[in-house]
Amino acid sequence: MRVSMRVNGRRVTAEDVWEGESLLFVLRERLGLPGSKNACEQGECGSCTVYLDDSPVCACLVAAGQAGGRDVVTVEGLAGAAGLDAVQQAFMDAGAVQCGFCTPGLIVQAHYLLRETVDAGGPVPDDGEIREVLAGNLCRCTGYEKILDAVRLAAARKAAAAAAAAGQAEPGQAEVGR
Amino acid sequence: MREFGYQRADDVPGAVALLAADPAARYLGGGTNLVDLMKTGVEKPALLIDVRELPLDRIEVTGSGGLRIGATVTNSDLAADPEVRRRYPALAQAVLAGASGQLRNMATVGGNLLQRTRCGYFADTTKPCNKREPGSGCPAIAGEHHNHAILGASAHCVATHPSDMGVALTAFDAVVTCETADGPAELPLAGFYLPVGDTPHLETALPPGALITGVTLPPAPVAATSRYRKVRERASYAFAIGSIAAALDVQDGVVRDVRLAFGAVASRPWRARAAERALTGGPATAEAFAAAADTELAAAEPLPHNGYKVALTRNLVVAMLTELTQEAVR
Ligand SMILES: Cc1cc2nc3c(=O)[nH]c(=O)nc-3n(C[C@H](O)[C@H](O)[C@H](O)COP(=O)(O)OP(=O)(O)OC[C@H]3O[C@@H](n4cnc5c(N)ncnc54)[C@H](O)[C@@H]3O)c2cc1C
Ligand code: SF4
Ligand code: FES
Ligand code: FES
Repeated sequence: MRVSMRVNGRRVTAEDVWEGESLLFVLRERLGLPGSKNACEQGECGSCTVYLDDSPVCACLVAAGQAGGRDVVTVEGLAGAAGLDAVQQAFMDAGAVQCGFCTPGLIVQAHYLLRETVDAGGPVPDDGEIREVLAGNLCRCTGYEKILDAVRLAAARKAAAAAAAAGQAEPGQAEVGR
Repeated sequence: MREFGYQRADDVPGAVALLAADPAARYLGGGTNLVDLMKTGVEKPALLIDVRELPLDRIEVTGSGGLRIGATVTNSDLAADPEVRRRYPALAQAVLAGASGQLRNMATVGGNLLQRTRCGYFADTTKPCNKREPGSGCPAIAGEHHNHAILGASAHCVATHPSDMGVALTAFDAVVTCETADGPAELPLAGFYLPVGDTPHLETALPPGALITGVTLPPAPVAATSRYRKVRERASYAFAIGSIAAALDVQDGVVRDVRLAFGAVASRPWRARAAERALTGGPATAEAFAAAADTELAAAEPLPHNGYKVALTRNLVVAMLTELTQEAVR
């Protein structure tokens, strides 16, 4: 079958898709977007996390047909013209990446967390909230501490940027949580 | 995986007609269980009828003060709904205790009720399993069963139902509504899951080809003081090894109304009616809570490696009812 969808803002069509293919397979093998990783393929690790119509999902358990006509955003779609997304930059700066297999999924899920909190004008998420939202993303390398550092850093930077935009920036605030 | 077709249903009658035309077809909700089981070859549908876009995604307060929840409401939307949180807090907590955010975003109410057991032998097509292949045997009974049933099981299958959501729905007397080729039908959740007996492969009383359209919760003032607690082998994101949904109304130290349901102990969410009867009209004390739990669990038949569930469930009853009593007094 043929599956058309919007991926990272572009309309794409994958031909000869076998109905049994997962969205993850289509993205990686047919659309040349290997950012989303295939680790467990059974919904347990979150390394395949992508946005499907604005909600993060495990692409390994989405049948290709289910994504037809929808909007998909993968880790490749997060960086803008101005460079890396704040979450991506923070993962680098905080040293939250070791083998990197879990990283794309964690970045999408952390991006979602900040979109729903700081970006929406809410408070910076606390550690309990960060842990719960990232609970579906497993990492076998880092022990999670640096990942939490990265999310805290990205949240603090975004909060500082929002405050600056509102004309009440305080110098140094951007590095809170480092 | 086998080859199969995929089709999106336009409306409820259309979905039912599609399935009636192809006995090897299956409805597809979020796919978080069905797609998984197709990968391992446990499920082999010839056609997937995607029902997730049907207009069954609303949560409405009924005239009597209950709730009507559409079958395609996602687990995320169900847990976030203000009316659910206010009227049936244990339901929102139960849903949030299940799976991960990513999975809850895809998973639907209908699919959650019909998700299959997490018994490892069931998922492994190289092993015998009466549920997957009737008559092939149940290796769990003499094998790995530390998370299997202690209540209502049989010599043919000792699997548990993994849903957290279903435990809270059971405590609150939910009624499943469905659409069949002959029109709409209703099934109380209490009779929705069939007894195991010697037919563990027959899991629900849903008529053949029926599409679940929603779940109705009757009004239950007691549910406003309710909680769900889940015990897992890690802090988050794991199936329950024991769980409880409880609601309690206490006045002057006397139990006026109580709802209790257990998870991870049986092939279905387990409504603890014997315990409820023992408690109603009696004192709200830890001793009474423990005695009521013992009444319910007297029927337990633990296997060599899951006896801990009896004590775990008893402790959950006492702890939860004690907490709810304190909450009611405050
Ligand atoms: C890693 C992992 C961890 C999980 N942890 C938990 C947990 O801790 N607690 C918990 O409760 N659950 C857990 N789950 C299970 C999850 O909740 C279920 O997979 C999900 O709720 C199923 O919903 P779905 O819409 O995706 O169902 P699907 O996979 O789409 O369907 C499941 C079944 O329901 C049928 N079906 C779907 N919709 C309808 C309908 N409207 N009418 C008739 N039949 C229908 C399908 O044909 C299929 O047989 C976990 C799952 C995974 C993968
Ligand atoms: S407990 Fe049930 S599901 Fe598990 S192996 Fe036995 S028959 Fe199969
Ligand atoms: S690859 Fe999808 S959750 Fe692990
Ligand atoms: S960095 Fe290796 S799995 Fe997370």
